[in-house]
Amino acid sequence: MNPGDALGPRTFAITRADLVAYAAAAGDPNPIHQDEEVARSVGLPGVIAHGMLTLGLVGRAVDEWTGGAEVVELGCKFTQPVVVPAEGAAEVVVAGTVKTVADGLVTLALEVTCGGTKVLGMPKAVVRG
Amino acid sequence: MPVDQSLVGRECPPTAPLEVTGERVAAFAASLGAPFDASGGAVPPTYPIVLAFDAMQAFLTSEEIDLFRIVHGEQRFAYERPVRLGDVLTATLSVVSLRQIGGADIIGTSSAITDADGALVCTGRATLVHSGGAPSGQQETA
Repeated sequence: MNPGDALGPRTFAITRADLVAYAAAAGDPNPIHQDEEVARSVGLPGVIAHGMLTLGLVGRAVDEWTGGAEVVELGCKFTQPVVVPAEGAAEVVVAGTVKTVADGLVTLALEVTCGGTKVLGMPKAVVRG
Repeated sequence: MPVDQSLVGRECPPTAPLEVTGERVAAFAASLGAPFDASGGAVPPTYPIVLAFDAMQAFLTSEEIDLFRIVHGEQRFAYERPVRLGDVLTATLSVVSLRQIGGADIIGTSSAITDADGALVCTGRATLVHSGGAPSGQQETA
């Protein structure tokens, strides 16, 4: 991997059923990820995906791009909610470029969007290269 | 003020140790649509959130903060080594910062995730946004 290399965008669909499966597997019962009424009661636009589900998909993209490289850092701000409709799916697109390669570490610049809106702030992944 | 400023600096008790089993990781990976080989494949990098979330829930319960009023604002993991099947992990959460913006509490936390030998596996820094005022059972004063 060389600085400036573009990493092919990955598109992931998130359905309400995915939120149920993720909630069970991650042990996160927060009803804002399941219940429209509760979500709206705390000012959200609707049922939203777990931020960590979106970041988990980023982890999946990084794994695919790097052929399973060891992840040293992974993180982001959750700046915009990923609203998941009752029917159909929200589509999250994870795009990346290689930012730096130094001291055996590869830092990726990432852009993560849903419906054209950036949903993660300052997303960052560093892997061993 | 809904969340007490004196929380800053508090270290919560460690969570109950949790074994990283093939079954647990397989369910986690499947929920992300990620491939996983239960006979010894790589564990998804976000898996330690299971431990960090456990620690966060215990913290919220101790402070009588409703989970549904919490939105995840930020999460950053720094790994000392990958999580492996068979690891027995514990999370210890500390409150590192607290500020109020527009009626919401912005709670900064750091969870040290350690293995059975007490060695650090990764550190998870999280920002929790608590909206909607008073914790359950208390009068809202704002």
